[in-house]
Amino acid sequence: MTAAQRRWLFLAGAAGFAAFYLWGLTGLPGFGNYPGPYGDIINRIAVAQTNATGVVSAVNFEYRGFDTVGEEYILFIAVIGVSTVLRQLRGEREREARDEAVGRRVPPTSDAVRLLSLVLIGPTLVMGWFLASHAQTSPSGGFQGGVVLATSFILLYLAGEFLLFERVSPIDITDAVEAVGAGGFAAIGITAVGLGLAYLTNFLPLGSTPGAVSSSGTIALISFFVGLEVGAAFVLIVSELLEQTLLLRHRS
Amino acid sequence: MNVVAVVAPPPVPLGLMDVLQVTLLVLVGAGATAVALIRSPPRQVIALSAYGLLLALLFLVFQAPDVTLSELCIGAVALPILLLLALAKVRRREE
Repeated sequence: MTAAQRRWLFLAGAAGFAAFYLWGLTGLPGFGNYPGPYGDIINRIAVAQTNATGVVSAVNFEYRGFDTVGEEYILFIAVIGVSTVLRQLRGEREREARDEAVGRRVPPTSDAVRLLSLVLIGPTLVMGWFLASHAQTSPSGGFQGGVVLATSFILLYLAGEFLLFERVSPIDITDAVEAVGAGGFAAIGITAVGLGLAYLTNFLPLGSTPGAVSSSGTIALISFFVGLEVGAAFVLIVSELLEQTLLLRHRS
Repeated sequence: MNVVAVVAPPPVPLGLMDVLQVTLLVLVGAGATAVALIRSPPRQVIALSAYGLLLALLFLVFQAPDVTLSELCIGAVALPILLLLALAKVRRREE
């Protein structure tokens, strides 16, 4: 196929796509108009039913809790995949390590980066903890909180303390935390079954005040377990990758 | 049978939020184009991180703070870190 033919083929395809796309756009509801009933229904009943003012968390961990279990295990399985793939490579690297590092000059971490990272570690840790434990009260939740928690560990590495990063997040313990997080979510669901309810039914007392930290029963508990799982998962993925790519720089 | 009257909301004058929304929509479009056009992978990652931040702000002005938090964590922090580490790994192998 010549270049000219290829261009015509592209132009024909692009024109077809543009036509369908514009046609589709004309069928969309107006800007800011929400046609479906579900959001309106949830908005009306969620706080009364769950005592959680963080309605998005109520949806995530209660109304569609079963979907969220699946999503959490996607991350869990991804971590298993990453550690399996990188583990096989580790043997290769260790044999080559001596040769690779010869004559390699590594620029030192700048003072500005070290200082900023050290200053941010504490606030990031608190922020992550807050987000993971306040899903029931305000926009937050275990997923975001977990990633922010993991970020505080990554900041520790950025501050130039790889050995410290290894020491505060040993793989065995991080593995265990991840497993507890993932298993805790499923266990809450199964506990409901044991009590004769449907899987993931909210079986804990909901508290008397909507939006209090102690309210919303299993929603807060599930969010906390998700925070553990996601935080540990990200620390694991990053430390596996760091070991692969950057460990040499500290041993050379 | 209940008949529900549909009342068109009165026209709202163009406010600060509209300006913010339009500005951020344009910026997100520009940011995505920039990410696609930058050729050097490390710079592309940094641009992607900035784009993630823009996207998070966009979600914020469209009143979706939960999505903002997720996008901030994943798009602006976690994804760029993973990509940078992968790039470091690939570069080491090439040397």
